[in-house]
Amino acid sequence: MAKVIDLDDVAVQEAEARSRYRWRVKVCSSTACDASGAGPARRAVEHSVEEQGLEHDVQVVPTGCMGLCSAGPLVRAEPRGGQATMFQQVDPQVGADIVERHVVGREDLSQHQLDENLPFFTRQERVVLSNAGRIDPERIEDYVAEDGYRALVTALRMRPRGLIETIEASGLRGRGGAGYPTAKKWAMLHDAESDQKYVVANGDEGDPGAFMDRAVMEDDPHRVLEGVALAAYATGASKAFLYVRAEYPRAIKRLEQAIRTAKRQRLLGKNILESDFSLDVEIRTGAGAFVCGEETALLASIEGQRGQPRMRPPYPTERGLYGKPTMINNVETLANLPDIIRRGPEWFRGMGTRVSPGTKVFALAGSLQHSGLIEVPMGLTLGEIIEEIGGGCPNGRTFKAAQTGGPSGGCVPASFRDLPVDFESLRQAGSIMGSGGLIAMDDSVSMPEVARFYMDFSQDESCGKCAPCRVGTLEMHRLLERICAGAGTERDLALLEQLTRTVRETSLCGLGQSAPNPVASTLEHFRDEYTALLRNEPVGVAHG
Amino acid sequence: MAATATDSRAQQDAHPSGDERFALLDKALKRARFEQDQLVELLHTAQEVFGYLSNDVLIYLARQLRLPPSRVLGVASFYHLFTFEAPGDHICTVCLGTACYVKGAEEVVEGTAQALGVPAGQTSDDGRLTLWTARCVGSCGLAPVVVFDGTVLGKQTTDELVTHIREVFAAEDAAAEEEEAG
Amino acid sequence: MARPKRPNVPVVIDGHEVMAYPDDTVLSVAKRNGIRIPHLCALDGVSVYGGCRLCVVDVAERHKLMPACGTAVAEDMEVHTQSRTLQEHRKLILEMILAEGNHVCAVCVSNGACELQDLAVELGVDHVRPDYQFPRRTVDASHPKYTFDPNRCVLCTRCVRTCSEVEGAHVWDVAGRANGSYLIADLGQPWGEAPSCTWCGKCVAVCPTGALAWKGKAVGEMRHDPNLVAFLTSARDEGEWLDRETM
Repeated sequence: MAKVIDLDDVAVQEAEARSRYRWRVKVCSSTACDASGAGPARRAVEHSVEEQGLEHDVQVVPTGCMGLCSAGPLVRAEPRGGQATMFQQVDPQVGADIVERHVVGREDLSQHQLDENLPFFTRQERVVLSNAGRIDPERIEDYVAEDGYRALVTALRMRPRGLIETIEASGLRGRGGAGYPTAKKWAMLHDAESDQKYVVANGDEGDPGAFMDRAVMEDDPHRVLEGVALAAYATGASKAFLYVRAEYPRAIKRLEQAIRTAKRQRLLGKNILESDFSLDVEIRTGAGAFVCGEETALLASIEGQRGQPRMRPPYPTERGLYGKPTMINNVETLANLPDIIRRGPEWFRGMGTRVSPGTKVFALAGSLQHSGLIEVPMGLTLGEIIEEIGGGCPNGRTFKAAQTGGPSGGCVPASFRDLPVDFESLRQAGSIMGSGGLIAMDDSVSMPEVARFYMDFSQDESCGKCAPCRVGTLEMHRLLERICAGAGTERDLALLEQLTRTVRETSLCGLGQSAPNPVASTLEHFRDEYTALLRNEPVGVAHG
Repeated sequence: MAATATDSRAQQDAHPSGDERFALLDKALKRARFEQDQLVELLHTAQEVFGYLSNDVLIYLARQLRLPPSRVLGVASFYHLFTFEAPGDHICTVCLGTACYVKGAEEVVEGTAQALGVPAGQTSDDGRLTLWTARCVGSCGLAPVVVFDGTVLGKQTTDELVTHIREVFAAEDAAAEEEEAG
Repeated sequence: MARPKRPNVPVVIDGHEVMAYPDDTVLSVAKRNGIRIPHLCALDGVSVYGGCRLCVVDVAERHKLMPACGTAVAEDMEVHTQSRTLQEHRKLILEMILAEGNHVCAVCVSNGACELQDLAVELGVDHVRPDYQFPRRTVDASHPKYTFDPNRCVLCTRCVRTCSEVEGAHVWDVAGRANGSYLIADLGQPWGEAPSCTWCGKCVAVCPTGALAWKGKAVGEMRHDPNLVAFLTSARDEGEWLDRETM
């Protein structure tokens, strides 16, 4: 039997190891920065460290996403006990300069230095992403040094019921879309009587424009595993599945590796940390189907079937995977758990709003000065996120609308600047929080065209099981194509609205029911653009 | 007990062609303990090994897992990542996620398709290039994004992408000529 | 769990109090009591699918419309099946189903005995508002006894479920997805070349339209027998054909 990890020991050793270095140079090695050339940049940094004979003074650390992907590759140089400096657009030359001129020569590299006082950084509050971009995701020691797995130790001393009460007190709500209270779901699985229960981590982040879960899985895989273990312990599940989309090969690799390490250290597997609690964790990969983010479709996919949703009730907590009680939690939800347990529910409630406590990770993209991954307290206004954190639209464009929630969400117009971004407010504005994609659109964009784009997505990603979604999304897309081409009629618009209602109210699953949202919300807020198109007038200023 | 049962199943049903790639699939089947719910995982393995899912491979999986063939094809054809025709030597996937779309990815697809004579979703007549589109590869900060032979290329324009692909082709041609000559 | 001798769960449908068995769905108890709820994919004797959505009803205290075929009864449940909104939804859904395929009654073997046609009459569909898709689909007449005309297929999966659950052959399944979904026999080869088919014809019996038909039938000559499946399964479940002595 493997030896149980001594968390204190590992943390102390790790701190000692770190203190031996005068500098730690962190190079973002996330998918986005890699695509911008982080690999060669890192090699240049390493090479330069070697050349200068600084191996014992400077530690080069490959980390996960630092957030501001649009300025990548990013590097952060941290002197021991001093002020860190961040660098942007680091090519191999800059990489060498960072070592030779900044670390050794203490020079400023002004045009590549990135101001960490940008609102993009200062307005964030990082919980789920607290380690992303700061630790080496492939080393469990790095996670342990940041108090990793301490929550699991604490939890194993508690009764499962007590753990559920803690989560209930924190007010944590599911981050996957609808914002269902997490503790309620847990209690249902806890109370279900069965010889076998399952916990499933939903990492099938299919919304176009969303990559929050990927960042957590790639950059802090042990956080996800600890969250899964906490959820399983609280609910009495002995088997967990991580459902990850196949488009994220690095996340799959990191999680696989993390599972192996955690098992070796007795943090997963049989008799976790010498307790009576055992948990077997298995990864299942998606294969390119948006609908598998829907929980019953996800379960069908794990069972090796077509990813088609089933009718609810019965809910998965009653009859789920292989007919057994099953609870599905989003990856971001799970990643919140360790901190809530460790720091207490009051601390969690101290962030965000009364009904939507805590933070939310957003993938900020579209027409913005600064785009990338951010984590902010719930309830920040739309204007604060778009204009302050995102820096507003570039090239003198004007902010027109924000799209949230992907194909299931809607477009919120710029006039809703002061709208607090939380579950209820977004719903009232005709959109949804969704998993956290937030795309800024400027005045060059035609809103009916945006609706057409999403409907094209939905008609292709519909699972095909129920008629209203299968045919309705196709018919709606046809109508939108005609309207956008300036060939639409009043009758087309009326039918579009009728289809919006019928598809929403009669479709089988949540995806079909929300597929008309992009149309409904643009019709609500930008109806004049539709009617302009009916009169064959142009909409949106042409792309520059 | 279970192990011997599955071993004998693998032996008696081994693919008659003797194609070694089936041995790799057999290994995955054994690891999956021939469980039917592992179908999607096994389809992934099969596609990795063979490049695409032929009828032969689908029938083989159906037999090994004791599943009806229509169920296997039904599942495989449901998921967009599975392909039933051999792709070209190079695969170029243009992301059509929202962020990429807003930044003009559709023009990149159309422009590239036109410039290189490969309709989107298809393979060129000479089998050299497959042009695919994807639903968000999750690198929205770099929109528009293209994945060429597994490498992510950020902030792409049609011209850049076409030039890149032509360069790859030219380098290949040069290497082939050299080989022929030398 | 055996059924009690008499139905003992009171349910109110459209203002009428009816008694249901505990394992009833809204659709099954309505049917037994002569209350008509339009439906297409539901078929007695096989599993519930819930795909056509024509049987959606309003259940008090549920914030969403529920399919009658898949909604279990509960004590004092109050169900409305005929509101104006429901009728409008059903009508548009049926129009969508008609627009999706190529349904031309005048040349169809099932003309006059088609559940899709009957529903159109019942729901007052005299024209179709959404665009006709006019898909290009090829008729499969390779089977010696039957024909499959995908132009008339509504993807209800009655044949899939019947072949898999009753006959046990699982010849049929649905391939593709979204509006690119289509019915396949085995690996998608012509039906006549699908080795797993037992020629039993149950799929033909349960098809609600003219998609699956006996070979050689002329326009309007085809008669389906969707009750066959419930007849077989209940006989099987109850052991009706077994010699009681040897049981």
